[in-house]
Amino acid sequence: MEVKIQQPVEPAVNDPIAELSTKKERFKKIKKNFLNQKYLQVMALLGVVWMFIFNYIPMYGLIIAFKEYSIIRSISEAPWVGLMQFKEFLQDENFWIVLKNTLGISLIKLFIGFPLPIIFALLLNELTSMKLKKAVQTISYLPHFISWVVLGGILTTWLADIGIINDILLGMGLISERTNFLADPDNFWAIVILSDIWKELGWSAIIYLAAIAGVSPELYESSTIDGANRFQKMWHVTLPSIRPTITILFILAVSGVLNSNFDQILILRNSLNESASNVIDIYVYQTGLQNARYSYATAVGLLKAVIAFILLLSANKIVKKLNGTSLF
Amino acid sequence: MFKLFKRNRRTTSEYIFDNVNILIMLFICGITLYPIWYVVVNSLNDGVDAMRGGIYWWPREFTLENYKAVFQTPGIVTSFGVTVAKTVIGTITHVFFTAMVAYAISRRDLVGRNFYMLVGVITMFFSGGLIPYFLLIRDLGLFDNFLVYIIPTLFNFFHLIIFVSFFRELPTSLEEAAKMDGANDFMIFIKVIIPLSMPVIATIALFQGVYQWNDYFAGVIFVNNPDLQPIQTYLYKVVAESSSNQMMMNASGTVATKTVTSQSIKLATMVVTTLPIMLVYPFLQKYFVKGMLIGSVKG
Repeated sequence: MEVKIQQPVEPAVNDPIAELSTKKERFKKIKKNFLNQKYLQVMALLGVVWMFIFNYIPMYGLIIAFKEYSIIRSISEAPWVGLMQFKEFLQDENFWIVLKNTLGISLIKLFIGFPLPIIFALLLNELTSMKLKKAVQTISYLPHFISWVVLGGILTTWLADIGIINDILLGMGLISERTNFLADPDNFWAIVILSDIWKELGWSAIIYLAAIAGVSPELYESSTIDGANRFQKMWHVTLPSIRPTITILFILAVSGVLNSNFDQILILRNSLNESASNVIDIYVYQTGLQNARYSYATAVGLLKAVIAFILLLSANKIVKKLNGTSLF
Repeated sequence: MFKLFKRNRRTTSEYIFDNVNILIMLFICGITLYPIWYVVVNSLNDGVDAMRGGIYWWPREFTLENYKAVFQTPGIVTSFGVTVAKTVIGTITHVFFTAMVAYAISRRDLVGRNFYMLVGVITMFFSGGLIPYFLLIRDLGLFDNFLVYIIPTLFNFFHLIIFVSFFRELPTSLEEAAKMDGANDFMIFIKVIIPLSMPVIATIALFQGVYQWNDYFAGVIFVNNPDLQPIQTYLYKVVAESSSNQMMMNASGTVATKTVTSQSIKLATMVVTTLPIMLVYPFLQKYFVKGMLIGSVKG
């Protein structure tokens, strides 16, 4: 039954025949409404068909994680292998490397990258000159619109041994000889995290700025009467007022811990920094598409999705207990 | 006098804070803009001379040769064509299709509305992931096909939510008047709803336009034919696979100059790739911000 409509609670009907006829009538009414709005239905169903093809067929395709799929046979013909692909991944030498890199990059991003836009929004809000505030906003949103490919091009240029970063560090005497920073796994996490902050700091602050703009002016007025200075207002009025926004974004950030920024890492990684740049998404891409191990890579991706979903639910639950706000 | 008054109103610590804050903000602006400036001045400098390094603020030997080389390299020109085509066609079809579905779903009298919404909400939390998606695209025959940039991006449920919340705010009187005149729901969507919805259409068109312009991954995994690869994919191959020598060979075939290097063409290509968005963005900023906010509140 594809028609699901919330009906108001009706008084209980004792007579079974009468009940049947009301059901029939209701169905007739729905059918009539449906036919009356055939244009509208076609418009909506086109979207449903699109979602069926591009969202639901791939979900069905997840079953190849439990099979041994190869190009020559269709998905349904491929033999079942149970949890073999998952076991293989857990025993693979890459498992720990991939896990370490994914969690390492994401957790540092969470602890540094998450609070920074909040601090930036708070500071931006304290600017007394409206003109300056507007200009800073416009400039800080700009890098969000630069593609990772172009930023990757800038970074490879800057971090190369003849690049500007080497010039600066040499000039300051911090290094004694030129190195290519992207060729050294020890630098990779820092490069990924800093470039991500550079690109998204301003853009991520938009939501907080809007939340701050929504704080009632009366709260500030009454705290002025109570003799609060600006820092106290920031701490005791602004921050608590935007706490629900922070909470929801935090839940989303936690559930995204296994999502590395694929676009970013794909362009910055190379064979020399592989031990630090191989994250789950890159591993899926390499094993699945470059080595054509479709079933294995699907299993890795599925495992990741399941853990991410559990993380979302638990973060939601914990935060709900702690301060009452939650995503759902 | 005014300044003095203002200064007195604030405590010393507030005064210090304000100035430090301004310095922090200027610093952020500086480190945001400088990398972009660096690329621009280096792309305007003679390529061979630039290899000596040290060009930080201004071109040492100004030249437009790098840009000439960009526009005379057949591969780059073709890729630009692909990017422009996919951005224009992909954005128009996306906005039209998503808005159409959203209008139907925004109507409270739509039979099965809750079911349609449920179908969409599920897609926000679950997906098949990269490999099943890849196999689907291959089975649909979209491999090495221009339509791979258009059809799989036709619809977006987050954008639908933004559309629906906008349509809900529209007055229903015009719709009812059109219905009286015998217009069907599709004609109402075209003739009444679209003209009323320009702000939200602009917002979604900008989001999708930027996505289409900047995406390189579809070109990497679904397209082998170099004539079908967008400029971002072209650049990706230059940057990530360091096939810049290849690029140089392409360029030197057509440009008889010794002043252009693979690096200088790369920088010029990056500027040309980013320039359209940089030029358009400041004027359309409010639409971006608005869309971001509706999307985050409802999503």
